[in-house]
Amino acid sequence: MSIVLKAEDISKQYRLGQVGTGTLSHDLKRFWYKTRGKEDPYLKVGAENDRTTVDSSGYVWALKDINFEIAQGDMVGIIGKNGAGKSTLLKLLSRVTAPTTGQIKIKGRIAALLEVGTGFHPELTGRENIYLNGAILGMNRIEIKAKLDEIVEFSGCQKYIDTPVKRYSSGMIVRLGFAVAAHLEPEILIVDEVLAVGDAEFQDKCIGKMKDISGEGRTVLFVSHNMASMKALCKKGFLMEKGRMTNKGNMTEIIETYLAKTTKSSATGEIPDDASSMNTGIAKYRSIQLIDAQNSPIDRVNYMADLRFNMTLDCKSPLKDVIIDLRINTRDGVELVHTMNKYGSSDKQPLSQGLNKISCKIHNQLQPGNYSVTIGVHESNGVTLDFVENILDFSVMNIGEGENSGFSYDFKLGHVHFNSKWVVEA
Amino acid sequence: MSEEKWDLIIKPKSSWIDLRFKELWKYRDLLLLFVKRDFVAVYKQTVLGPLWFFIQPILTTVMFAIVFGYFGKLDTDGMPGPLFYLTGLTLWNYFSDCLTKTSETFIKNQNIFGKVFFPRLIVPLSITVSSLLKFGIQFILFALVWCYYYFFSAQSASINPTQEILVVPLLIIMMAGLSLGFGIIFSSITTKYKDMNFLLAFGVQLLMYVSSVVIPISQMGEYAWIFKLNPMVNIIEAFKYAFLGAGQFSWFWLGYSFVFMCVLLFFGTIIFNRVEKSFMDTV
Repeated sequence: MSIVLKAEDISKQYRLGQVGTGTLSHDLKRFWYKTRGKEDPYLKVGAENDRTTVDSSGYVWALKDINFEIAQGDMVGIIGKNGAGKSTLLKLLSRVTAPTTGQIKIKGRIAALLEVGTGFHPELTGRENIYLNGAILGMNRIEIKAKLDEIVEFSGCQKYIDTPVKRYSSGMIVRLGFAVAAHLEPEILIVDEVLAVGDAEFQDKCIGKMKDISGEGRTVLFVSHNMASMKALCKKGFLMEKGRMTNKGNMTEIIETYLAKTTKSSATGEIPDDASSMNTGIAKYRSIQLIDAQNSPIDRVNYMADLRFNMTLDCKSPLKDVIIDLRINTRDGVELVHTMNKYGSSDKQPLSQGLNKISCKIHNQLQPGNYSVTIGVHESNGVTLDFVENILDFSVMNIGEGENSGFSYDFKLGHVHFNSKWVVEA
Repeated sequence: MSEEKWDLIIKPKSSWIDLRFKELWKYRDLLLLFVKRDFVAVYKQTVLGPLWFFIQPILTTVMFAIVFGYFGKLDTDGMPGPLFYLTGLTLWNYFSDCLTKTSETFIKNQNIFGKVFFPRLIVPLSITVSSLLKFGIQFILFALVWCYYYFFSAQSASINPTQEILVVPLLIIMMAGLSLGFGIIFSSITTKYKDMNFLLAFGVQLLMYVSSVVIPISQMGEYAWIFKLNPMVNIIEAFKYAFLGAGQFSWFWLGYSFVFMCVLLFFGTIIFNRVEKSFMDTV
C-alpha cells in the first residue's frame, strides 16, 4: 500500500502564560537573530510537555519530534492522556496551525473533523447551513447539491430542514453537522472524539459510517478516549505521551500498553505527583487503596463482595461546595460506575485543610473481570480540582462468599449484575 | 521514495511571495455563501429589514447638515448641504465599515479558524463583497437624493455632473481595495497586539473629518497636498466632481491612490498569509 500521509520530525512549541507581555521584545530579538542568519534563540528553550512541572523558560513543546507514516486505507487510532499532544497533532494535520519545525506530506484531499457543525449560523435554515458548512469543509456547491438528499436523510432532520437551526435541539445540530462531514468523501479523514455526542443510535450510525469510509479505501485518523470504539474501529494505533509518540503498532497492544502505563499506584496505594491528568493545585489525592472488611489492602474481591476504597485527599484550604467522585471502568475504557458525594455550602466544613481521610463503600454488582478506578474532586460549578485516571486496578473474582459461596462462575456476559426474579407461570 | 508526488506539504513557514490564489479560487463558493450569510442573517427578525441601510446615512446626513451646515456654516463647495454630506458619507461609510469589519477577521472568527482550514483570506474578501452590496443599496439612496436636487430643487443649477462619471466604477474598486488592504493589515497585527483595535476604532472616526467628507479639499489652502496623501480623499473628491461638478479631479492624485492601493494589497496579502498559519497560537 502506498503512503498517503507522512510526518517528518514535526514539533510544536507554545508560549506559556500570557501572550502579550514581552511579546514585542521577543519578536525583536527573533528578528535580530534572523537578520544575522542565526537560529531562533527561543527554539532551544522549552521543557517537554508535562503539566505538573513548571519550566522557567516560558516555552513548552506540545509536540516533539513526531514521525509516522500512514498507508492508504489504514484506520489509525491515536490515544494518550489529556495533554499528551493528541489535539495539537490533529491541529497541525488539519492546518489550523503550522508546526514549529518539521513537515507533513499529504497525498489527496484531507478533511478534519475537530468539531461538528463548524460555522453553523443560528439564523440560517438547516438547508442553508448544509451548504455553508459543506463549503467551509471544502466542498463546492455542485458536490453539496448532489449529496443534499443523502445528507438530509442521514441526519434524520427532514422535517426541520427549512427551519432556522437556532430552533434545533443540540442533538439535531450535531446530527446535521456529522451528516455533512460524513459525506465529504476526502481521501484522508481526521476525526476528533465527535462520537462522544449524540444518542446511542446515532453513535452506532457514525461508527458504521466511519467503517464504510475506511472500507472504501480511504484513510481515517481517529482520536478518542473511548477505548472500546477505538478497538472496534482501528487496527493500528499510536500512543502519545508528553508530546512524544512513544508507541506505534497493533491497536490492541497499544491499548494494553497505555492502560498499563496509566495505572500508577504502588502497593502502598500512594499516588505519585504526576499521576493527575488535571490538577489546579488546590486539592490533590495522595493515596487510594482497595481494602477488605479487616482494613487490609487487597487487589481483588470476591464476586458480590462490597468494594471498600480508602483515599486521602490533601487540601490547601478548607473546601466547601465540592463533589468528590469515583468511577469504575473496564480495562478497555468503558465507564461502568460513577458514584459521587456532594458537599453543599450548608454542610459543616466538609473537607478540612491538610489530609482528609475519605472512605467509600460500594455495593458491588460487577461481573467477574478486571477493572480500573478513576477518582476526582470537582467544584460544584464544574471546575475540576484534581482528576486521577485509572489509578487503581482490581479484579472481581468468579468465586463468591456468604450466600453466594461455592458459586462458581465460569462464563461472563456483560459487566454488571442485576438482581432479577424469574417466574415460570404454570 | 524521493520522486513521490505529494499533493500538500505542511511546513512551518512558506515563502514570502506564495500568495496561493489557486487555493482561494477553489473556495469561491464559500465566499458567496459567506456573503449570503452576512446579508441574510443580519436583518432576520428585524421589522424594517434592509431599510436600516437607508436610515443610518439619512440620520447622519441630517445631523451633519444641522451641525456643520446650519450652525457651523462650513463651506460645501457651493453644493446643497444634505447632498454634499450624503455624497461623502456614502463613500466613507463603506470604507469605515469594511475596514472595521475586516480588521476583526481573526478575532471574530477564531472559533471557526480553530477548527477548520480554509484560505482565511476568504473572510475579508467576503466582507468586502457584502459591504459592496450594502454600498449599492446606499448608492440608490444617494441617487434618489441627487435626482431630487438635480430635477426639482431651486439649487439645481449648481449641480453639474461631468463626463468623469465614467470613472466611478474604478473609484469604487479603489475604495474597496483600500479598505480591504488596510483591513487585512490591521487584522494581522491585532492577533498579537490588541492595542491596534482601540487605535483603529477612534482612528477611523477621526480620519473622517479630514477626508473631505465634512470639509472640502478646496478649503485646505496651500496644505491641501498633505490631506491628499490620504488616498481616500482623492477618491471622494473625484466622486464628488463626477456627480456634482464640485471638488477636485486629478489624474495624478488618483494615480497616487491607485498605486497606494496596489502596494497596500500586495503587502497586506503577504502579511495576512504569514499570520494565518500560526495566529491560533497567539490570538
